[in-house]
Amino acid sequence: MGQEEGSAYFGNLDEVAKKAGEFIKRNRLASKVINWGYTYSLWPAYLVTACCGTELAAASAPRFDLERLGFLSYGNPRQSNLVLIDGTLTVKMAKVVRAVWEQMPEPKWVIAMGACVLDGGIFWNSYSTVLARDVLPVDIYVPGCPPRPEALARGIMMLKEKIKKNAGSKPGVQAGASPGTSAPEMMSGR
Amino acid sequence: MSLPKEVPFTYEALSQIELKNGVIELQVGPAHAGSGHMRIVVWVEGDTVVKVDPDIGYVHRGVEKLSEDRIYIKAIPIVERPALVDTVNANLAYVIALEKLLGLEAPPRAQYIRVITAEISRIISHLYGIAIFGIFMGSSTVFMWALADREPFIDIMEELTGARITYSHIIPGGVRWDLPKDFADRLEIALQYLERRMKDYESIWIKNPVVEARTKGVGTLSATRAVELGVVGPNLRASGVGYDVRKDSPYAAYPDFDFEVPTLSEGDSYARLLIRVEEIKQSISIIRQALKKIPQGRVIYEDYYKRMSPLMKKIYDETGRVKFTSLVTSLSPPKGEAISRVEGGRGEVFYYLVSDGGKTPYRFRAVTPSFRNLPYFTHVMPGHKLADVPVIYGSIDYFPPEADR
Amino acid sequence: MISLQVDAVVQELSGLVGDKAKVVYDQKAGFLRVETECKNAADVAKKMKETGFDHCISVTAVDFPVEGRMSVVWHVSSYTNSKLMGMLAALTVNVERARPEVPSLVPVWESAVFHERETHEMFGVGFAGHPDLRQLLLPDEFKGKWPLRKDFKLSKKREDLFNKGGAEP
Repeated sequence: MGQEEGSAYFGNLDEVAKKAGEFIKRNRLASKVINWGYTYSLWPAYLVTACCGTELAAASAPRFDLERLGFLSYGNPRQSNLVLIDGTLTVKMAKVVRAVWEQMPEPKWVIAMGACVLDGGIFWNSYSTVLARDVLPVDIYVPGCPPRPEALARGIMMLKEKIKKNAGSKPGVQAGASPGTSAPEMMSGR
Repeated sequence: MSLPKEVPFTYEALSQIELKNGVIELQVGPAHAGSGHMRIVVWVEGDTVVKVDPDIGYVHRGVEKLSEDRIYIKAIPIVERPALVDTVNANLAYVIALEKLLGLEAPPRAQYIRVITAEISRIISHLYGIAIFGIFMGSSTVFMWALADREPFIDIMEELTGARITYSHIIPGGVRWDLPKDFADRLEIALQYLERRMKDYESIWIKNPVVEARTKGVGTLSATRAVELGVVGPNLRASGVGYDVRKDSPYAAYPDFDFEVPTLSEGDSYARLLIRVEEIKQSISIIRQALKKIPQGRVIYEDYYKRMSPLMKKIYDETGRVKFTSLVTSLSPPKGEAISRVEGGRGEVFYYLVSDGGKTPYRFRAVTPSFRNLPYFTHVMPGHKLADVPVIYGSIDYFPPEADR
Repeated sequence: MISLQVDAVVQELSGLVGDKAKVVYDQKAGFLRVETECKNAADVAKKMKETGFDHCISVTAVDFPVEGRMSVVWHVSSYTNSKLMGMLAALTVNVERARPEVPSLVPVWESAVFHERETHEMFGVGFAGHPDLRQLLLPDEFKGKWPLRKDFKLSKKREDLFNKGGAEP
C-alpha cells in the first residue's frame, strides 16, 4: 500500500485509474454510449478539395441538410474528427490534406467522395493527380460524378453503422474504430 | 470606415517588401474558411496588407493536356467539370468552337434551347456566388437561402437531362434532349418563385447596413485600370466598362432577344454584388422571351438525323432523345483553327481549338473567366486591411477549380 | 457591314506596322492574324495597342515537333474601341523549338502577366523581361518538365489504378 501524497485507501492511483478506464472501454454498454456520441458529432475539417465541393455545399443547404445528422462544418482541424475528400486530389493538395490529417486527434475517419478518388474518374491519366488511398486510409467511398447529396448522406449513415459495429467487438480494440483496422466499404447502388 | 492606403504597384518595389522589417508573411491556406481551394499569401505590416501573392494550382488537373488524349466528343465532360457551377456555358463554348471547325450549324430550335439552358445556368451561378460571398462575410443565412433557391432550377434541369449539374446536354449539331411537354409551365413557376425571393434578398441582404459598411469603397477598381488588367464579367461591368459577349459578338440565338446589360461605375464590392442581382433579373426576362418565341422543329442537325438508324429515329420521335450515331462519336474535323467566346456567369470564356485532321484535338487552349480575374489579388487587395481580404475575394466570384482547370 | 469594318482595320494596321508584320483576316476562323518575327514583336504589339487593341485575352503556344518549331500566340481584343469590339486579333511568333525565347509583352499589355507565366511553365518558352516568371499551377517537382509539349507523354496505365493496398494510418 503506497502511502503517497493524495492517496488514502486506494493504493497506486495511476494504476487504478488506468484499469478503470480500460474496464469502461471494454464494457459493452459504456462503449455503446461513447460510439453513439461519436456518430452524432462527426465534424469535418474545413477542406474543400475540388469540384465535388459544390455538391457538399448543396448538401449542407436546407433541402438536404446534413446538419441534422450531426455534421457541422467547424473550421479548425484540431477539433474535428472527419476528413471529407471531395473531388480530385492533386499533388499539391495531397500534401495539405496529409498535413491536416496528421493534426487531427484520434479517433478520426475519412470519407472519400466522387469518382476521381475511387479510381481516377475522368481525369485518370492526368500528370498531376493522385488517388486518395495513396494518401490517407479511407473508410467509406461514395461514388458519383459528382455524387448526389442524398448519396453523401447515405455515405455518412454507413460510416455511423461502421462506427457502431466496431464497438466492443474485440477486447483491446479501441471503441470507435481507428481506420485501417477494418476494410473500407463502398456504397453500392440500391 | 477608413479608406485603403495608396500602395504604388511596381514589380521592383514588391520584391523588396519581404526584406523590410515589420512585415509579416501570412498564409491564408487551403484549409481556411476564407480562401477556398487556393492559398493566398499575404504580407502585412501591422494590419494593412502590402503585398498579395495568389498561390493557385491546387486543383490543376491538366484539362488542356488531357483533351489531346480524348476524342472530340469525350472532351465535353472534361471541359465541363472545372466550371462546375456554370457548366452549360463551358459546354456551349466548346461545341461552338467544334461546330466552326466542322462547318455546321445547329437548327433554330436547338439554339433556343441552348439559350434557355445557358440562362438557367447563369442564374444558378450567380446564386452560388451570392451564397459564397455571404458565407465569407459570416452570414450563414444568405448561404442557406441562396443554395436552397438554386434547387428549383436544378430540379428543372434534372427533368430535362437527368443530371443535377453536369448535363453534357449540348453536342455538335444540336442538343441531346428536346423539351418535355410541361417544361414551360414548370419553369414559369420557378421563375415566379425566384422573383418573390429576390425581394427578400433586397430587404435582408442588399439594403443591410452591415453589408454596405463592409463592402462600399472596398476593392475599388477604376475603369481604365480594369481594361488594362483585362478582368472580365460582372466585375468588369461593375467598374464601368459595358462589355458583354452576348451583345458585342453574339452567338446562339441571342440576337433575337431584347435585354439590357447592367453597368455601374463605382467598381467596389457593393457594385459587384448589385450587378449580379440585376443580371439574375435580366436572365429571367430572357428565359421568358425564349419560351414564348421558341420555334418548332428538330433539335439535331439534319445530316446527323438522316444517318440515324430507324430505331434511333423512333426513339427520337417518341421521347425527344438524340442517340449518338457512330459519326458523332468519331468526328474528325478538317485541318484548321477555331475560336469561341461565350459569356459565362463569371465572365468571358475563351476557347481556342486547333485541329490537324485527326480524331483528337491537336491543341486546346482554355481560358476561363476566373483565371482572368486573378489580377484582383495582386493589384487591388494591397492597401486594404486584412479583414477586407475575404470580402474582396468573395465579391469577385473566383472559383479555383475553374481558374486552375 | 462587318467586312467593311474589317477591311478598314486591316488597312490601318498594315499601314502602321509596315513590313514588320503580315496582317491578314482569316475568314473561316473569324479572327485577324498578325504574323511577325521575334525581334519585331514588341514594336508590332505597341502599334496594335495604338490601333485600339487594349487587353490580352490569352497567351499560349502550339508545339510542332515534326517541323521543329513552336508558335507563340497572343490573342488580344478591345474593350473600349467600338470599331474593334468583338474582333479578335492573334499575334503569332514562330520560334525554334530548341531555344524558344520571345520578348515579354507585359510592358504593352499588363493583362498578359499570368498567362505568360503559365505558358512558360507548360512549354518552357522564355519571356525576356517578364517581372515574375515562377511556377504558377504546377508544384516544384514539375520544373523543367514542360508537360504540354508533345514529347511529354501521359504515362499512367489502367493497371496502376487497381487496388494494390493503401496508405498507413
